[in-house]
Amino acid sequence: MTVVRALAAWLEHHPLTGLLVFFAVFPFIMPYHALSTQILTYGLFAMGFNLLYGYTGLLSFGHAAYFGLGAYGTGLALARLGLGSPLVALGLGIVTAAAGAAIIGFLCMRRRGVYFGLLTLAFAQLLYFIVYHMGDITGGEDGLRGFPSLVVRLPGGSIPLDSPLSFYYFVLVVVALALIGLKRVLDSPFGSVLQAIRENGDRCLACGYDVKNVKILAFVFSGVLAGLAGGLNAMHLRIVPVDTLYWTTSGTVLLMTLVGGGSTFFGPFVGASVYLALESLLALVTESWQLIMGGIFVGCVVFLPRGILGWLSDRLVARSPGA
Amino acid sequence: MKTLGRRKFLKWLGAAGAGVVMSRSRYGHVAAQTRDTIKIGFVASLTGGFSVFASDAARSAVLAVEQVNAKGGLLGKKVELLVRDDQLNPRVGAQKARELIENDRVQFMGGGLAAHVQMAMNEQTKKANMLFISCSMSDEITAKPDGSRLTFHEGLNPTIVARSIAGWVAQNLGKRWWVLYADYAWGKQLLAGFSRVAEQKGAAVIGSTPYPLGSSDFSGYLPRIQGAKPEVLLVASPGVDTENSLKAITSFGLKKEMKVVHPVLLLSSTKAGGAEAFAGVYAGAGFYWGLKDKIPSAKHYVETYWAKYGQPPDIYGGYGYGSVLEIMRGIELAKSLDSEAVANALRANPTYDHYKGKQWWRTCDNKSFQDQLIVKPRDPGKNEGEWGLFEIISTIKADEAVERTCAEKGWA
Amino acid sequence: MTLFDVPLMVIVSQAVIGIALGMIYVLLALGLSLVFGLLGVVNFAHGSFYMLGACMAFSLVTVTNSFWLCLLFAPLLIGVLGFGAERTLLRPLYARGGDDPMLLTFGLSLVFIEAARLIWGNAALPFETPTLLSGSVKMGMTYLPTYRIFVIVITAVIVGVLWVVLRGTNFGLIVRAGTNDPLMVRALGVDLGNVWSWVFASGCVLAALAGVLAAPMRRVFAEMGLTIIIESFVVVVVGGMGSLSGALVAGLLIGEVASLTALFAPKMADIVIFIVMAVVLMLRPRGLLGEPGLME
Repeated sequence: MTVVRALAAWLEHHPLTGLLVFFAVFPFIMPYHALSTQILTYGLFAMGFNLLYGYTGLLSFGHAAYFGLGAYGTGLALARLGLGSPLVALGLGIVTAAAGAAIIGFLCMRRRGVYFGLLTLAFAQLLYFIVYHMGDITGGEDGLRGFPSLVVRLPGGSIPLDSPLSFYYFVLVVVALALIGLKRVLDSPFGSVLQAIRENGDRCLACGYDVKNVKILAFVFSGVLAGLAGGLNAMHLRIVPVDTLYWTTSGTVLLMTLVGGGSTFFGPFVGASVYLALESLLALVTESWQLIMGGIFVGCVVFLPRGILGWLSDRLVARSPGA
Repeated sequence: MKTLGRRKFLKWLGAAGAGVVMSRSRYGHVAAQTRDTIKIGFVASLTGGFSVFASDAARSAVLAVEQVNAKGGLLGKKVELLVRDDQLNPRVGAQKARELIENDRVQFMGGGLAAHVQMAMNEQTKKANMLFISCSMSDEITAKPDGSRLTFHEGLNPTIVARSIAGWVAQNLGKRWWVLYADYAWGKQLLAGFSRVAEQKGAAVIGSTPYPLGSSDFSGYLPRIQGAKPEVLLVASPGVDTENSLKAITSFGLKKEMKVVHPVLLLSSTKAGGAEAFAGVYAGAGFYWGLKDKIPSAKHYVETYWAKYGQPPDIYGGYGYGSVLEIMRGIELAKSLDSEAVANALRANPTYDHYKGKQWWRTCDNKSFQDQLIVKPRDPGKNEGEWGLFEIISTIKADEAVERTCAEKGWA
Repeated sequence: MTLFDVPLMVIVSQAVIGIALGMIYVLLALGLSLVFGLLGVVNFAHGSFYMLGACMAFSLVTVTNSFWLCLLFAPLLIGVLGFGAERTLLRPLYARGGDDPMLLTFGLSLVFIEAARLIWGNAALPFETPTLLSGSVKMGMTYLPTYRIFVIVITAVIVGVLWVVLRGTNFGLIVRAGTNDPLMVRALGVDLGNVWSWVFASGCVLAALAGVLAAPMRRVFAEMGLTIIIESFVVVVVGGMGSLSGALVAGLLIGEVASLTALFAPKMADIVIFIVMAVVLMLRPRGLLGEPGLME
């Protein structure tokens, strides 16, 4: 048990290195490469969602919008505009998602609590409806198709992303960089303000912080990460299904975040892994895997409010009193 | 406050989980990595709104493989069918297709009942240069840019259905039509098909009402239709909407004033909707088990399926059966497991008859041409046994003229 | 006489249908508002109680062959389920505050949907209109089904009963006071503990009742609650979260909006309620008849 505790303590201090090492060998542990890749993309999506939920305390019911905008932005760049570079395409996806998040965030930020949540939902559904009906550009209900083979062109040479493993490692590099960025943001003074807002927004306001604009900025950051995840996922699936924008996607990311634990940095990532592993592997054995997933979720809300990772970290990592 | 203890809850969850897992076993074959089998993947929407049709298709596919294996398999090897659930979700469909291709190493792909899921699967099979025979009802899968030399389509599509039925309706039911249709590709394609044939046969579509797919309450669309007084109401409401729409149409008394026609009627929908909702409706169907009395291959299919599963197969079952048998016939003809060779072999020997009479592949777009039935649900109380719900009124023979031309689809 | 090319008689029929549609929304919104008003919980499982009501009614009808019996008993049975769920799972979470109770209801809805699939299967359940109520009444050029008139009448009766209970009984007094100021009520010595369970159960009964009434009109299957829950939220937001008269007014209003949109702009029938919700939330989040609150 001491070995496990020591390992947990080391992980607590070197989270990103640990993540990289684990995920570098991950595809060889999992039976399906496609599953590993999707765990990375949805993990990133959940982490982005949690920036807003776990750290800032804002519950958005319409996060599918930014994931979808990133997917469509990237998809349009690759499939319709013929921009060959996956990196440029991802960039376009991020910009689209950020723009969407800025507009919707601004409009929704005037409200709080469940009204805020419902407003984000209404906008996300509106976006779904618009994209669904712009069939000539977006492919409508059949989704955006026509993704070319992907090749990353670097100064030294080019790396084709055709094989599942090469694509996985590409995604891993991008996700790792994004998470490093996220950690920097959360550890910075800005990150502290976010958490202060979560604890007591009115007090923050009294202390002189521009709470509203900080929230909008957090919303945009969250949208950027979701958009990046969406773009990567689009390249992985080679299609952007229109359901990407539907409220069920928003529900899924919420589920993942809560199961993993919104109060830890990697919790959402763990939640995404659990959900997708169940969806892929348990579904091979039983049609009722969603019942088990729902049961786990209910169990987590009732007994593990800090989620699976939160619970594990509480058990394994010694905390000083008052921490 | 009394709460459930954590330990107790975990125990219950574990027991419930184990119980659920044991009671609901799958079709089955989790990939057995034997080298000596031919592997065909089959991805269908086994959970969600399509589940009844998808299980029909999957079970028929399993039956087909069993029948071939009983005769010694193909090229000296056994055939293995790997069935996966896409949960009516294109993301999951694409994932499962990738998993089957990359790790389970299937050599051919079938399934894809839901049009949007099939598109996602198709992107993966095209990239992997793998033969895919789709069971959907979609126009786009055989046209540019989605079609390919390796993408085949076993099912009927909206254009063929609409144009075949419209011809019969114009001749037999009336000339003033109103079309109530689901507002997405399938519905719009049916409307286009109806409109086109109306012109040709001296009928007219006097109005149309698009409704959002998945609407639960159709009452809102009906007064307008009643006010317009058409002779025929064509209701293009797919899958889950069929029962809702016909229930509303029945309760509002529209059947007293006009003939109601539905382009694709499934046995399970009719059973679920109840005899009253479906009585008096004229419908199109790709298949009905009653064909067993007229067509030998239908008799074989229906009887073996019924014996194994305790109920008759339906339209999607036929597609599942036919598509997988065609993959296997192609392998036999080509004497190869290379997708291109198999595809070429199927095009070189396009005629077949597995369960409903003569079918054939059109060379330019890999579209399967087949007969279309006009059926009528029997009145309440007049069913022949639990499943004798339909009466076959007419058979519309397969005809390439009712489909879009190769040029129209982009294959010059 | 026509308006936008549509005969006036058709518009009138459409409006009457809107009332029938609205009544189902009213029942659902009342349940949601009741639970939110007193418990402060947004009940995401509301749609699944609606579904369970319909499915349970199917089972009861198969056994008893009487629509009337199942109209009475199916909602009560579901109410018992709701009572139990509130006491064992939801109640411990109030103390935690935050979003946990709402998230629990979200999880419960997933569990209920899958459980329904296990119990009643994947296929839709057939549900016939009761023979006494089938048939239709001629209204100008169109026919209005007798059953829909019944739905209007019975919902009006139930709303009336609810009003009497809330205004005229002690229980109703406690509920109204508790909705207004739960802390004060406790300070006055009233034990709100069981009241909450009864209120939650009542919300479930209303949802299940809506499900039973909807069963002959719509397809009965495990996911039937998913779209209706969103529509119910819109109604509650428009009426005012926690306001029961708001639920009544908004239910009918949204029913009319949906019905008239189906007539004049059928493509928009799906999205119009989200637009209404967004507009209301942005301009007047308290809704038509709600109290201004901390959420603004």
